[in-house]
Amino acid sequence: MVIAAQSYAAGDAEGLALVLAAPLSFWGGVDVETGRVIDHSHPDLGQLITGRVLVMPGGRGSSSASSVFAESIRRGTGPVGIILAIPDPILTVGALVAQSLYALRCPVVVCSIEGLITGRYVRVRTTADGVAEVFSDDGD
Amino acid sequence: MPLRLTPSDHALLNGEGGAAAAFAMQILTAFSRAVGAEALLDISQAHIDGCLYHGQVSLDFVERLVASGGRVRVPTTLNVGAIDLIHPELIRLSSPAQEPARRLMKAHEELGCEPSFTCAPYQTRFRPSFGDQLAWGESNAIVFANSVIGARTNRYGDFIDLCCAMTGRAPAWGLHLDAPRLGQMLFQLTGFPASLEPTDGLYVAIGLLVGSLSGDRIPVIDGLPAPPNEDLLKALGAAAASSGAVGLFHAVGITPEAATRRGAFGGRAPEATITITPADVTRALQQLSTVPDGSPVTAICLGTPHFSRNEWNRLMPLLRQVAPGRAIPIYVNTGRATLSDLEREELLTEFRGHNLVVVTDTCTYLTPILERMDGTVMTNSGKWAHYAPGNLGVQVAFGDLEDCVASAAAGHVVRGRPW
Repeated sequence: MVIAAQSYAAGDAEGLALVLAAPLSFWGGVDVETGRVIDHSHPDLGQLITGRVLVMPGGRGSSSASSVFAESIRRGTGPVGIILAIPDPILTVGALVAQSLYALRCPVVVCSIEGLITGRYVRVRTTADGVAEVFSDDGD
Repeated sequence: MPLRLTPSDHALLNGEGGAAAAFAMQILTAFSRAVGAEALLDISQAHIDGCLYHGQVSLDFVERLVASGGRVRVPTTLNVGAIDLIHPELIRLSSPAQEPARRLMKAHEELGCEPSFTCAPYQTRFRPSFGDQLAWGESNAIVFANSVIGARTNRYGDFIDLCCAMTGRAPAWGLHLDAPRLGQMLFQLTGFPASLEPTDGLYVAIGLLVGSLSGDRIPVIDGLPAPPNEDLLKALGAAAASSGAVGLFHAVGITPEAATRRGAFGGRAPEATITITPADVTRALQQLSTVPDGSPVTAICLGTPHFSRNEWNRLMPLLRQVAPGRAIPIYVNTGRATLSDLEREELLTEFRGHNLVVVTDTCTYLTPILERMDGTVMTNSGKWAHYAPGNLGVQVAFGDLEDCVASAAAGHVVRGRPW
């Protein structure tokens, strides 16, 4: 399955999808040392986001989430890419800062997330300025 | 509609204003696209919430701007950091642990930011005016600027507030524009006596309720007794921005964009109406305290957001009258500019016997300052009471300023009147 997407922070990424049931704020929601979800009110509490392509409906919460997301990329405990259903300025800024400071790319793209399933292989690729493609393994 | 940049925006992006401005413009344009803005607009000042250390990335970002010769393009104030640079002996952190936090504050100064280190820039000579376009970080400052002054800023924060300062631009979106500032949701005070007094408790409770129930809609509060000064509006906004994500509220007959209820809503009907009763206020205040009345107190914490000169004028006669003695420390967070005024007038010397601990540049809920964390701390700040149990692990009792001072004297939580 190939899904057309908009690219907000460019880059290529691949990995297993982790589809979250609700938006996650990195500030207060992710432990940057372990890469785990620590927000007790979040349905995916305890999940490991490290190395995954994180799929969620949107971003949420404090603007300090930009710093925490960028710090998780720097430490290598963060996701390798983020796929959102609606754009999120806070995550976009976090990815751009990590890219500028450390040359580490964690693409942030927006597309329909229906059909993306946890545990399936997903690839994100920026094809042109502001344009991306998401390939999802159909799982056969 | 795609984002349209002016020739001078393009010039900054292309490096004609230096590498630091180009870097900032690159991040600002990406942010602006993500929020769907169609253009950028000029700002007259910025307030940066980047002096608190969230990890190596906080420092690396600012050092990159310093190393590439960056300077802010508009007057820019700084929010609190993790260190009280004027009273460093108050900070209970080892020197190595203080180093990155201290450097982060200094590095911002090297970009040309004002070393204000206050969460209340509206109490300084940089206070904006009605209609000014700003890029401000720090939730209480944002809601104060929008609501009480009628200046215009979105809820900016990490990295992006500084990118606005380095370029003098912000996305033309949200609370910068007219229509998104109109009220959407009505909070009607109902069932209160005509003699209702504008107390700390009432204003904090209304703030907490409005914050937790507004979601992303602009709240309009009707029925508040007129406050004697802006400190109660500061307390209301800080509480609303702690329990929720409020960036602007209107109070009918009190705040500048709400001369009338109809005007606050721009002539439209409210999308929703919520009534607030005396019982709601009582419940909100009771939930703010984690211990019952009568519990022993180990400290009083005032000045979250930073204590204004007017609040000092309210506190000093209380200290004289109640004379709480030395047993329970009274911590007061205040801006360094406010403190230097008090010192110039030699107003604090008479209170040396009261264990008054003045804290500047930071706040007692953010960094290890309190001498004892094992007991109950009393505060008149809804924001302090909201965050401190999670941040510090202390028990909290909320009360009006008068109750806080009386409790310091008594050694346990006392109230002049029940909630």
